[in-house]
Amino acid sequence: MSDIFVYIEHNNGRTEDVSFEILGKAKELAAKLNAAVCGIIIGDSVGNLADDVSRRGADKVYVAEDRLLEKYSTELYTKVVEDIVNARKPSMLLIGATYNGRDLAGRLAVRLHAGLTANAVSLEIEDGTNLLLAAVPSYGGSIHAVCKSERGLQMSTVRAGVFKPFPSGGKGAGEIITIVPNVSAKPRVRVIESSVGKKADVGKAEIVVVAGLGAMGNLVAVEELRKELGAELGVTRPLADKGLATRDRQVGSTGVSVKSKLTVVLGASGASHFVSGIDSSGTVISINTDPKAPISSHADYNVIEDCNKLLPLVIKGLRPGK
Amino acid sequence: MKIAVCVKIVPKTEDVKLDPVTKNLKREGAESVINEADRNALEAALKLKDANGGEVIVISMGPPMFEQQLKLPIAMGADNAILLSDRAFGGADTHPTSLTLASAVRKIGDCDVVLCGEESSDSGTGHVPGGIAEWLDMPQVTFASDVRIVDGKAVCKRTIEGGTETVEATLPAVISVELGTNTARFPDFRRKRWADTQFKVTVWGKDDLGLKDDEIGKKGSFTSVKELREAMAPERKHSLIEGTLEEKAKKIVEIVKPFLEGK
Repeated sequence: MSDIFVYIEHNNGRTEDVSFEILGKAKELAAKLNAAVCGIIIGDSVGNLADDVSRRGADKVYVAEDRLLEKYSTELYTKVVEDIVNARKPSMLLIGATYNGRDLAGRLAVRLHAGLTANAVSLEIEDGTNLLLAAVPSYGGSIHAVCKSERGLQMSTVRAGVFKPFPSGGKGAGEIITIVPNVSAKPRVRVIESSVGKKADVGKAEIVVVAGLGAMGNLVAVEELRKELGAELGVTRPLADKGLATRDRQVGSTGVSVKSKLTVVLGASGASHFVSGIDSSGTVISINTDPKAPISSHADYNVIEDCNKLLPLVIKGLRPGK
Repeated sequence: MKIAVCVKIVPKTEDVKLDPVTKNLKREGAESVINEADRNALEAALKLKDANGGEVIVISMGPPMFEQQLKLPIAMGADNAILLSDRAFGGADTHPTSLTLASAVRKIGDCDVVLCGEESSDSGTGHVPGGIAEWLDMPQVTFASDVRIVDGKAVCKRTIEGGTETVEATLPAVISVELGTNTARFPDFRRKRWADTQFKVTVWGKDDLGLKDDEIGKKGSFTSVKELREAMAPERKHSLIEGTLEEKAKKIVEIVKPFLEGK
């Protein structure tokens, strides 16, 4: 069998976009291999997600439901995927490189003695061998290592926002197969509480305003500019580290890649792990005090200025009637 | 309590370039440092020791020259450092790497907590902590930002899609610490002098860990690198906006305006 299995991640009753993106790509890979694409959904009362997974490209959807599986648990979910994979022997297993996706993949790959590549930003089938080639960002994203697994199951975690999903319209023709999961053991990790807000969609915004350390002293002005532009707020890593914004707003190789038409970068020097997050953006404007900062080679327009002084004037200029 | 911390010595990201012709990594002159997230894991370990007592043991895998880099955690307050060094460990992907580190934890014995950084800055997979936990049959908590011991269990805040959750894990457990979640302490000056001159790093090879050639290093790896590519940086205009403060602001507004049409 050379089927491609895709682990479908869902949170609060919604399938993560990255799972749909992987399904779209898997469909294209499967066509080359003359193979089927199969989704795996694990949870409690999640059967309603299966239709959409089928419409987005899955030829088969395995649904494993149990009350114990209501919330993600590394141990229980690892066991369920292990059983499904061992019974059906796919050639590939693709998982979104989310927090829980990478949590699952690391453990599962050792359990299954599978080759695992990480955070893939490109997936291809190698001519001649039919092996999966995954481009893995390394050294802050400046270099891509093209990796393959030459024995056993080929696993890869896949970066969000890279591949295009199929639209949700139409009717799914996929077969939906219910699996009775064999989970009885009590997991050793228990969720005491969770606090999940609406996920910021910095990766999909048309305009993004990114605040760096140089703009930290005047976040009120940053927020005003963001509002004037109808933009999403992004931040560099130090600001997320300081808790000034949530991690889903962190731009760069350890966060989100923006694909906006316009990105305004305020007070960021341009560390390599950051700039890989804005390199897919359309126009980039940087306002920064240091003319020698690496950000200048990643921007279309460089303004050498203290953004604390400049922002009030820009905001004034953008207001209607001016 | 016994706390093991796995750290990776990596070349400074800024120092690594791809040779445009040979497509090989150019790491000559690159400074070797403790991976940033692993410094956060080390700090989390030292905090656990401050709060609960016990000892902190640092584990790293790499060539003998990395002994020098392991003096820093000692100067910061770690009690012992073990370097897993053997030619046969070379070229390992995450599968043998997690096995080798797990075998060292097993040899140390009776560890209550195994801490790791969330991922390394060079290959950045984030898959090793879960692998270690699987080899040791321990529970795992990944992307933790706050690690405490409460009533004999690890209580951690961890990042998930769109927010955080607080989880409780039985001990022993493997915990990966989120990058940037704390500020690693400075080395103690006197301890540093002692670490540099007196302290001996323990070195273990494959025989010390009872590992066979075909399960470690390149031979034990399931993946291989076919080629390296330079990530395509887009063409940029590199236009410098000059003038007085007012003129600069005006030009920015002119550039931005077309993007607002239809909004």
